[in-house]
Formats: sequence, C-alpha cells, structure tokens
Amino acid sequence: MVTVMELYQLLPRTNCKKCGESTCMAFAVAMLGRKKNVAECTPLLEANFKKQKEKLESLLLPVAGAEETGMIVHPELCTGCGNCVVACPVDVANDPHGAGMGCAPTNDKVIFKVVDGKVLASNIKECRRFGKNKVLCYACIDPCPTGAIEFV
Amino acid sequence: MVTCTGCALLCDDIEVIVENNRIKEIKNACRRGAARMKGCSNRLVPCVDQKPTDIESSIQKAAQIIRNSKAPMLFGLDNSTCEAQVKGIHFAKKINGILDDTSSFCQGILIERVLAQKFRTCSLDDIRNKADVLVYWGSDAQDSQPRHLSRFSYFPRGELRQRGYEEDRMAIAIDVRESNTAKICKGHFYRIPPKGDREFILALIDALYGKVPAYDTKKMLELAGILKKAEFGAIFVGIGLTYSIKDDFDVLTALAQKLPNFNIMPMVGHYNMRGFNETMFKETGFVNKVKFNGKAVHDIKYSIMESLNEKTADAIVVVGSDPVSSLPGPVLSRLASIPVICIDPCVTMTSKIATVTIPCAVSGLESAGTAVRMDGKVIGLSKIIESEYLTDEEIMERLVEAV
Repeated sequence: MVTVMELYQLLPRTNCKKCGESTCMAFAVAMLGRKKNVAECTPLLEANFKKQKEKLESLLLPVAGAEETGMIVHPELCTGCGNCVVACPVDVANDPHGAGMGCAPTNDKVIFKVVDGKVLASNIKECRRFGKNKVLCYACIDPCPTGAIEFV
Repeated sequence: MVTCTGCALLCDDIEVIVENNRIKEIKNACRRGAARMKGCSNRLVPCVDQKPTDIESSIQKAAQIIRNSKAPMLFGLDNSTCEAQVKGIHFAKKINGILDDTSSFCQGILIERVLAQKFRTCSLDDIRNKADVLVYWGSDAQDSQPRHLSRFSYFPRGELRQRGYEEDRMAIAIDVRESNTAKICKGHFYRIPPKGDREFILALIDALYGKVPAYDTKKMLELAGILKKAEFGAIFVGIGLTYSIKDDFDVLTALAQKLPNFNIMPMVGHYNMRGFNETMFKETGFVNKVKFNGKAVHDIKYSIMESLNEKTADAIVVVGSDPVSSLPGPVLSRLASIPVICIDPCVTMTSKIATVTIPCAVSGLESAGTAVRMDGKVIGLSKIIESEYLTDEEIMERLVEAV
C-alpha cells in the first residue's frame, strides 16, 4: 500500500499553498485520506510534472476503492479462511452465537462475510474505525496472514 | 445448510444459492471449498484407449482388464463417500486385489495409532470449547485447512474460552519454514531444520523432565513451561512431522505420555481419508496397504509405492485420486506401463495416461452420503444439484457385477 512519503516525494514540494493546504506534506496526507485529489495541485498540471502526475494517479488508484473507514479488501489475496469474520469485535458483539463461535454468521449485522471464497465487508458504519469516536482497531488486519485487508 | 467437501474439516455451515441446477453463490466456504463446490471446469468423458465411448463400454472394458489381471490394485477412494468406500472394499475382496489409498504416504501411520488408541484424542468441538494451548507441528493449517483456525481452534470463543484468541488461547507453530500459520502464531514460532523433529521432541522431553535440553536450551525450557501449564492442549500433527519421524514414531508416543493434558489430532488432507482408514480398520484391522486373498494380508509391499516399484500390481483402478501428480517420477514410468482405469469427475494428470476413464458424480455436490471429519465425527453430505453421472458407489457396484 502507498505511503504518505511516497506521495510527498512525487509532489512539487514548494509549499505553494495553491491547493488550500499549508504544506505539500499536508496535501499528501489529505490525498491519502481521500479529502483532496491530484487535480487540486495546480503546479502538477504543468507539462514538466506530467510523469509525476501519472505516477501519483496510478498509486492512488487502489485507494479510490476504499470504504469510508479506509478499508481495502484485496480479493486476489484473500483465501476466505474467515479469521477476520471471527476476530472482529463488532462481529462477536453482534453475533455471539454465530460468528463469535467460529460458525457462519446468523444475522446481517456482521461486518465481514465470506462469499464465493472471498471476504466482503458490509455494515461499514458499525466498524470501530468509523464515526466521531473512532479507534485505531487492528483486529481484522492482525489475523490475516496474506495481508488481504488494509486500511489507508 | 450444506457440507463442504474441500478438505477434512467438512464445514457443515455452508449456504448455497442454486440457479438452473448450477451453483450461483456460495457463502461461508473458504476459497478451496468454494472451488470444489463450483464443480469441474474440465469434465471427464468416458474413454477407452484415449477414444471417447459410452459409459457402459468403459465399465465393460475396465472389467475385462481386471479379469485378465493377475494382481489388480484398487487405489484411492479418499474423495468418495463412506458408502462408496464400503463398496470399494467389497470390490477389492471380490477381485482378490491389493487395496491402498493416499494415507500410505500421508497420515495413515498416525491415524492407525489413533484408532488403536495409542494416543489420546478429542473432537474439534472439544478443542473449540476447552483448548487453551494449540501446537501446529509440521502443519500449515491456515493454507491446507483454511477454516481450521477460525472455526475450531484459535480464533473462536468456546464454552470455557470466552475471550478466544485475545486472552484465553495460545497458538504455537513448529515448522521448517515460516508458514502462514506460523505468521499467526507470531511470538511462538519455533523453526527447526528439516528432519529435525526427532531431536526437537527428545530435547522437549528432557526439558519436561526438568533436565537441561540438548539444544536451544532457553527456547526449549520456555516451550516446556507453556506446555506444562496447559489445562487442555492439542497437538495438530501435520504431514511434516509424520514424514520426519515415520521410522521412529514412538518418540511422539513418549511425548504424548509426558503431556497428560494434551490430545493428538491428525491433520488430514483429503476430505474422507479418515473415513477410508476407519472403514478399513473396522473390516480388516488395518488402515491401508492390504491384499485380499481369502483374508486380508497387510504388508508394506502392498503400498502404492512398493506395488509399482516391485511390479507387484499389473493393473490399477484409481478412484478419485491423482497419483501422477503426487507420486515421484521414477514410479510414474511403471504406472504408465500398466493398464490404468481412472474413475474421477474431472480431467486429471492420471486420467490423461489412463487406458479407461469412467466419469463419476462429484460427491457432496451431485451425490449424497456420509464422510468422516478429521477428528472422527461422521458428517452427512447432501446432494445439491442433479446430475446424470453415476456415483462412485454405483460404479463400484457395476464393476463388481461386470467382473
């Protein structure tokens, strides 16, 4: 997954403030958080920054598919083992006798479900990373040995 | 709810949506199970000498080959239902043939000891409800039985383990490489050199007795301390450990005796391999490598490897297995030189060299029955979609009649 520093290295790094942010580093953070897009950096639109702009767009392409909490599920890496389904504290609280015990989810309140051998995230508003009181929860990332779940 | 036949966990909480007699969507199954339940992409057709024919001619030709053979062999049946396995054993008896399955170069040696009650064992549900220390030894459960950790062992909350993996359980991996299971075990991964299991067990036994272990003293004493404190432990014996200590299996027995709170669980690959071993054990007293000649004779020379190496078998019936992709090269030239009858739902490497191919229904998808989970529990399989293909059981019956 792309990092803030990688994005920053491709920006003009002049801190021109044309984008509305105080520094290019702040703009890189905003881009990764999907609050700003590449086109808002006007110096990048000039011809001599063409390559950097294309690289930035390609780096940010997977980020565009992220959920509101910043979650990205890579279906090509997922083995459908269901570790995240059982480990997610929200799933356990909402479905203690189904997902909490390792069995199939018994209701629709769970966040993770395995469909056709790949995990799908739904009910994203239930995620502990969502909303004003969000916490930096890693419960679904830690049990995934293939790195199929990421947050940006 | 249907049962998945992707591996020996036989997950029975799978939901399927069927449309026009085809599986449209599978819920809760892992990728391996979902691929199996979607059926074959390359279906086998009945052939004799690589020429397409009808199923009846295939069966008649197969019967003719078996009749002309002096020492026919039946191999496989691990991906068939228990009912088909019983018919298969009956067929092997009828033709006075050699009967073996993949367990002869897999977990057979361990399952035989488990069935003979030389090890304490328990059910997977006991592990979910009670286990606090889990040892994955020579086994990459995360990849081979993908739902093992999430459904039964490490992650779920059980009756006595309400906090699940977060506080109540500890997973330990002992392996030659950092597998995906070892990545989950994080701080409790013990890397050993290939074939180093025996020395590791002996050092661990020393540590359990309070002696100074022969090597890696600090880590070994730490591991012994964890195992001693366990209230209900499980050692998941993978094929890595079985291969490594197959000549001296008593060291594992000695370790199990020193750990009274631990249970041994064989990590079976094929979905009904344990079923085959149990059925054989009931009928003959042995789990594999048997020749029928009025009575059942068990010998190492009746294993698939030795039968082909020593040229004991002169025709082979392969049911639901693919020896060409799993046996070593030198044996394969011998396999290719004798008539091969392949009974399988899909095109495999074995079906490509077979003299006769007989397509069958996919068990657990196109035919119902029962199978035995890796812990010995019998699980029912349901028929999900209709199929025109004969089941393994029917093919075995037809072969018995034709012979």
